[in-house]
Amino acid sequence: MALDDAFEAREFKVVGTRPIRPDGIDKVTGRARFGADASASGMLHGAILRSPHPHARITSIDTSRAESHPSVKAIVTRDDFAKELSGEDWNVLENVMAGERVLYDGHAVAAIAATSVLAAKEALALIDVVYDPLPFVTDVDEAMRPDAPVVREGVADESVPEGMNPNVVRYHENGHGDVDIGFAKADLVIEKTFKTEAAHQGYIEPHACLAQLGADGNGELWCCTQGHFVAARICARLLGIDASQLRVTASEIGGGFGGKTTVFIEPVALALSRKSNRPVKIVMSREEVFRATGPTSSASMDVKIGMRKDGRITAAEGEFRLQGGAFPNAPMEFAAMAAFAPYDLEHVRSKGWDVLCNRPKQAAYRAPGSPMGAFAVESVIDELCNKLGLDPIEVRIQNGSKEGSRAAFGPRFKRIGLIETLEAARAHPHYRAPLKPGQGRGLSCGFWFNHSGETSVTLSLSYDGTVSLAVGTPDIGGSRASMCQMAAEELGIPFDRVRTTIADTGSLGYNDVSHGSRVTYASGLATIKAARDTIQKCCARAAEEWGIDPEAVVWEDGCAKPSGHNAGDFEPMSLAEIAANMGDTGGPISGHFEATPTGAGVSFATHIVDAEVDRETGAAKVTRYTVVQDAGKAIHPSYVEGQFQGGAVQGIGWALNEEYVYGDDGRLQNAGFLDYRIPVASDLPFIDTVIVEVPNPGHPYGVRGVGETSICPPLAAIANAVSNAAGVRMTHLPMSPPRLLKAMQEAGIG
Amino acid sequence: MVEVVLWASLRRLADDRESVEVDAETVKDVLKGLVEQYPALRPHLLDRGVSVSVDGQMVTSGWNEKISANSEVVLLQRIKGG
Amino acid sequence: MKMMHVTTSINGDPTEFLCDPRETMLDVLRDRLNLTGAKEGCGTGDCGACSIILGGEVICACLMLAAEAEGQDIETVEGMANDENLHPLQKKFLEHAALQCGICTPGILVAAKALLEKTNNPTETEVRYWLAGNLCRCTGYDKIVRAVMDAAEEMRSL
Ligand code: FES
Ligand code: FES
Repeated sequence: MALDDAFEAREFKVVGTRPIRPDGIDKVTGRARFGADASASGMLHGAILRSPHPHARITSIDTSRAESHPSVKAIVTRDDFAKELSGEDWNVLENVMAGERVLYDGHAVAAIAATSVLAAKEALALIDVVYDPLPFVTDVDEAMRPDAPVVREGVADESVPEGMNPNVVRYHENGHGDVDIGFAKADLVIEKTFKTEAAHQGYIEPHACLAQLGADGNGELWCCTQGHFVAARICARLLGIDASQLRVTASEIGGGFGGKTTVFIEPVALALSRKSNRPVKIVMSREEVFRATGPTSSASMDVKIGMRKDGRITAAEGEFRLQGGAFPNAPMEFAAMAAFAPYDLEHVRSKGWDVLCNRPKQAAYRAPGSPMGAFAVESVIDELCNKLGLDPIEVRIQNGSKEGSRAAFGPRFKRIGLIETLEAARAHPHYRAPLKPGQGRGLSCGFWFNHSGETSVTLSLSYDGTVSLAVGTPDIGGSRASMCQMAAEELGIPFDRVRTTIADTGSLGYNDVSHGSRVTYASGLATIKAARDTIQKCCARAAEEWGIDPEAVVWEDGCAKPSGHNAGDFEPMSLAEIAANMGDTGGPISGHFEATPTGAGVSFATHIVDAEVDRETGAAKVTRYTVVQDAGKAIHPSYVEGQFQGGAVQGIGWALNEEYVYGDDGRLQNAGFLDYRIPVASDLPFIDTVIVEVPNPGHPYGVRGVGETSICPPLAAIANAVSNAAGVRMTHLPMSPPRLLKAMQEAGIG
Repeated sequence: MVEVVLWASLRRLADDRESVEVDAETVKDVLKGLVEQYPALRPHLLDRGVSVSVDGQMVTSGWNEKISANSEVVLLQRIKGG
Repeated sequence: MKMMHVTTSINGDPTEFLCDPRETMLDVLRDRLNLTGAKEGCGTGDCGACSIILGGEVICACLMLAAEAEGQDIETVEGMANDENLHPLQKKFLEHAALQCGICTPGILVAAKALLEKTNNPTETEVRYWLAGNLCRCTGYDKIVRAVMDAAEEMRSL
């Protein structure tokens, strides 16, 4: 960590206020242009033919009938993409367009570009594909059995012990101490098995793009993505062209939550455009989004924890089996690493298994892996507290990680704010509020690492002293506002003197995706540093004008000033004055920052939930919800609260209703919002928020990422509330009415 | 010399050692040093990539990050996000 | 298929268009009339991102055939602001930060406007049930409900 990235306490003028977001008017008037809102002259419409089988060999694809349709201008199959790919590039291509076999219901097989959407869809029926169906498996535990149908051979890496089903492709283990010694010291040991089902990120905007690619490899792509630089890089590889020849512009993005960190339709639209020599637009239907983009993993988990009568945890052990569809990289290691992170444990061991199934390739979903792991661990802790008659917050404070604690995943924590969130939760009126009959209260902590990644920012002065800030991380939830705030803060100018633009890949250096809660941290840090670079240049201009040493100039309240009387007696020179003369004093002034910062601070949250259960129908409802989370420093508190609330509500959906349901035929049964039910306004109470600010030592203002941690505690907190209300421990999510009713009946309740 | 802590499932590829001493001034030296001593670590460390925690700070791709002899250096699975 | 000729009014503008009889009102608004404010989140009437007002009632444009617009009055999000002046709902959505990604916003604003035209003093529960057909995945609805109630209050005092 470079020294000048370090946190420094200060008074803020703009940071911490709640200005109106700069892109706000566009978004409330319908002017903002999202993925599907672009068009081009001569544009064709693409449609994708998808497998009806969960697993089959493709015997033949005959496109001749479709080709003779008068509106069809191009058809592509796997042959139209790069050949010699390997590793993750091959995985992405195989997922974008099937090769020899289809690996899940919905897997793309061929695509058509035609003169209208209706014609393209109509012509799909004219492509004749002959399939040879193969045995399939869609459940993680079944896929691990020695005799389970094999999804793909030869995928496993060197971490997997010999003799396992080839569906088991990666193994991970972390921890320290000796759990047997620890369990021997416990007064009570509880061990349970848990399951969570796959949930979809559920962004309201389906994937959409508009592509133009010439035979010379020169192209333009407009798409809704969390990372257009990464999209350019992947598409270029899949099409066999140069990344710099493909200029990608990020549209406004209608939600992502991790699901738009990779590509699905973009390479297909580019291939169709290359073949037809016309712009091609593809917009996914909601059904395609469910069947063929990346939901999160489903999980099967065993957790065992030992506790003394006084509440001290003596040992903890977990095993986390995650399926990530027909491709490797289910986030089992993050489940294993994050699950015990909130606790300072002497003896802890976590194992993770990455398993293939005939389902779509999982994509990241907000803190991938962590919510499932937390569900299992925090449920067992709740049960231990209940059985030993201990207060769940006191137990968590007693065992909680703090600065210097050794994390279950290895390192010692720097300054962290878990205990502060627990103390704030304990002090919150919600925690002491009486419950009505039939209600239960649940509590959980959650943890996420937070990410940094490659970051480039350019800050340029205009002649009138206003500032143009170019960042490369798509704005998903109001980040332009926080960038403007940080630039304004550093430069000492008003918020509305800065305009932030999401620059295309041809206009700015490389940027990692908007993921890992990294935008406010990394693009924010880059903005601060680019502003400081600009200030240095402005001070040099003033110094030259005054004929003094640049070192003798300081920047205060938006002006260059001599550092003291010794430096000379000059009137302060404002940013506007310096900008007005920049052409004559040395040329345009811009500040830059390009780096991969390393100070992303981890973050913790504590959630309190009240739920009530209808004993006749098995329906559970959340009646009160409080999120307490450490944000390090909230740049724009409204949008921080919004992240807390959004994460909590996605957690409510995952805990109570949302689930990928596969039939005996291996096909997805509920590929639509009617049957895959995400929370609606009438399901919910207000979501109370408490922002705790324990500064991240690795950011100049103390910022920690906030976007992901908010989905880590809800599954567990809600399961604890519902279990306490129902009188039976719920170990399988979602706790949909039939599942909850069955659990109560089996326990003789109701 | 710097002591580098390995996560449990990596240890199998490094003679079951919990930590390995390497001569390193930067994160890159750590990775190179480990792979020289235990070539079986190469696919994970260099081909697929890891994160390195240096004194509690997560280094995902900063190979030039400086390390001192008493730094706490822990290898982690490569951190990603949603 | 033979095109149909339709004469209608959109946000007060007399409008004519040709459409395929299979096209929905949402298709025509977005693809033929370039009014892309209404969004398609599902195409099956489940998300409300395509909400428009037809003869005073809020409907899903994805469930309406374009040919049905003949002789009707249609309002979309593009018609909500009065020239330079935002509608109180639009202002309150910005003040309350009631949008994150903003894809659901046009549909929710249109639906909320229809509510406030029916009642100027809705309860929290009424707002929640009225908006139950409009999905938002980002906000958890908290700030949306607050913004709608605050806009109602402001409109009552006008
Ligand atoms: S697009 Fe019409 S309701 Fe979803
Ligand atoms: S703000 Fe993103 S869906 Fe509502």
